[in-house]
Amino acid sequence: MGVSEAPAVEARHAVRIYGAGETAVCALDDVSVAVRRGEFFTLLGPSGCGKTTLLRCIAGFEAPSAGAILLSGRDITADPPNKRPVNTVFQSYALFPHLSVAENIGFGLEMQGKSRRETSGKVEEMLALVQLAAFADRKPQQLSGGQQQRVALARALAPEPEVLLLDEPLSALDLKLRKEMQSELKRLQTETGITFVFVTHDQEEALTMSDRVGVMSAGRLLQVGAPREIYNHPVNRFVADFIGETNFLTARAEAGGFVLASGERVEAPDQVRGGEVTLAVRPEQVRVGAAGAGGLQAVVTETVYFGTDTHCHLRLADGTALVARLQSPPSGDVGLTPGAEVGVQFAPGAVQVLEA
Amino acid sequence: MSGVEASRARERARNGWLLSAPALILLSFAASGPLLIVAVYSFLTPGDYGNVVWDFSLDGWFRVFLERDIFDGTISAADAHLTIFWRSLKLSLMTTAITFALGLPTAWFIATRPPSQRALWLFLITIPFWTNLLIRTFAIMEVIRNEGILNNLLIWMGVIEQPIQIVFTETAVLTGMAYVYLPLMVLPLFAAIDRFDFKLIEAGYDLYASRLAVLRRVILPIIRPGIVAGSILVFVPSLGAYVTPRVLGGGKNMMIGNFIELQFGQGRNWPLGSALSMLLLLIVMVALLVYVRATTREGQNG
Repeated sequence: MGVSEAPAVEARHAVRIYGAGETAVCALDDVSVAVRRGEFFTLLGPSGCGKTTLLRCIAGFEAPSAGAILLSGRDITADPPNKRPVNTVFQSYALFPHLSVAENIGFGLEMQGKSRRETSGKVEEMLALVQLAAFADRKPQQLSGGQQQRVALARALAPEPEVLLLDEPLSALDLKLRKEMQSELKRLQTETGITFVFVTHDQEEALTMSDRVGVMSAGRLLQVGAPREIYNHPVNRFVADFIGETNFLTARAEAGGFVLASGERVEAPDQVRGGEVTLAVRPEQVRVGAAGAGGLQAVVTETVYFGTDTHCHLRLADGTALVARLQSPPSGDVGLTPGAEVGVQFAPGAVQVLEA
Repeated sequence: MSGVEASRARERARNGWLLSAPALILLSFAASGPLLIVAVYSFLTPGDYGNVVWDFSLDGWFRVFLERDIFDGTISAADAHLTIFWRSLKLSLMTTAITFALGLPTAWFIATRPPSQRALWLFLITIPFWTNLLIRTFAIMEVIRNEGILNNLLIWMGVIEQPIQIVFTETAVLTGMAYVYLPLMVLPLFAAIDRFDFKLIEAGYDLYASRLAVLRRVILPIIRPGIVAGSILVFVPSLGAYVTPRVLGGGKNMMIGNFIELQFGQGRNWPLGSALSMLLLLIVMVALLVYVRATTREGQNG
């Protein structure tokens, strides 16, 4: 039973350094992460944060400079890519242009030495799974972007890998198609039960699809957790800023609350730590009321209409800019004009304390 | 409305013909014209001092394949001609194979350099074109002749006692042709590899293909147009090569090109020379057809 409880894929103190000497770039800085079996795990971060490097180290296209990659508890760091039971969906799909859709999907099985009958049976199954049965004999370049994407998925899933790696597979699709493929991916993952490691720079994609998210920046893994946990309890300013929109306030912590530069207090009954801190508040947790009704004094600088929401830009007494996301009323007008004096309050439990 | 459109279409067609007229004129005068003359000459009677006499005769074509004994008039196959044809075909195929074997890694090397360096490498590949073919061939001669660089080096190193006879052998002709035609193989291969998406190699490895399988199943089929183009560019001129076999092959390793020249010169048999030229053209065309047919069919299936 021990094997099945081992993480599907695990990086232990993985380091990847490009170049040498003064021009050396550290793409992976001591990254350790364990992806559970059957999990939809997303590596999220801005471009150049090392998420793709980590994926390539798992696939075997790159070797970590130090550390180890484990698959079901087995060290595969030294194995070449064709010996790893791991398949990749490439960002550019990398479909073989000289092979038909069916031949593309069957390629991995054929290379594994599967019989012709077994291969064609599996190819049909995969074609049905991605709803492309009618396109089996087409060449990839005769398909639309979304269809090519599904062929790439089917090709990578056909050999039934232990882990499927997806390198920003949706970034080339337009918004509507991307939404469709997101739910399609989630469905495929649930149906096949294969562990997915998904790389993206799109935080919304990460939050909606994943069981757990790992946030990376500058080669380091900053936080791993469920989407809700990452969103509501970011460990530091980078994570809070990268995942969704956030207001930051600089404050001094005291027992039972925080004091802003303007001298105003934000109550936080269970606050115990002291010293300089950064407070993070999500825009949807900011309440805007009348000027005399308590809370922090603020001036409206601008309102921006987004349809369902209206963003209200505010300036606090100490000069800090703040955004409140308000639900647009039926009239479409929140009744706040630039220059209006208002009182700002935060929803209970909405204030997150970050290391300054 | 449709009348206007029809007249516009006619005008477009007329303009199309006018625009392509220079090319058509050039093709008919520079390509088809001389070819027609050669074709007609192959059915005439040789004159006493070269040239042709305007009498219809099949003798030129007859003598390509058969020969009549001067004394008793018996007819037998022209073995000497067939030997020359066979040698030309063999050497041309081997040249194509050698240039491919050397050209593929070379082209791969150039295509995988950083873009800023590629121009320099391609420039180096094309430098030999700047020198006259005859001079390049004599340069090869200087390397491989009995008192040449190669033999002297080997003797000095003590590898051999006596110089190896390379010059005036088929090996010499092959060496020379491979050297001369290598750039013609490298350039189309480079063009094909340059367009090749290197992600496909990773995709191949990712899907459990070995290095050899990636080469055979992914790289070669995709760069096939470059391979076909390079092979044609090398094979066709090899088959008609004249200078290289003449200089490096000596008298006894004649290829078709030299044999045709002989008929127009000392042989004073222009109809035979013309018939041989037409036959050479035919062989090239058949070879090309077979090659193109084979590659496109494989492309569709595989």
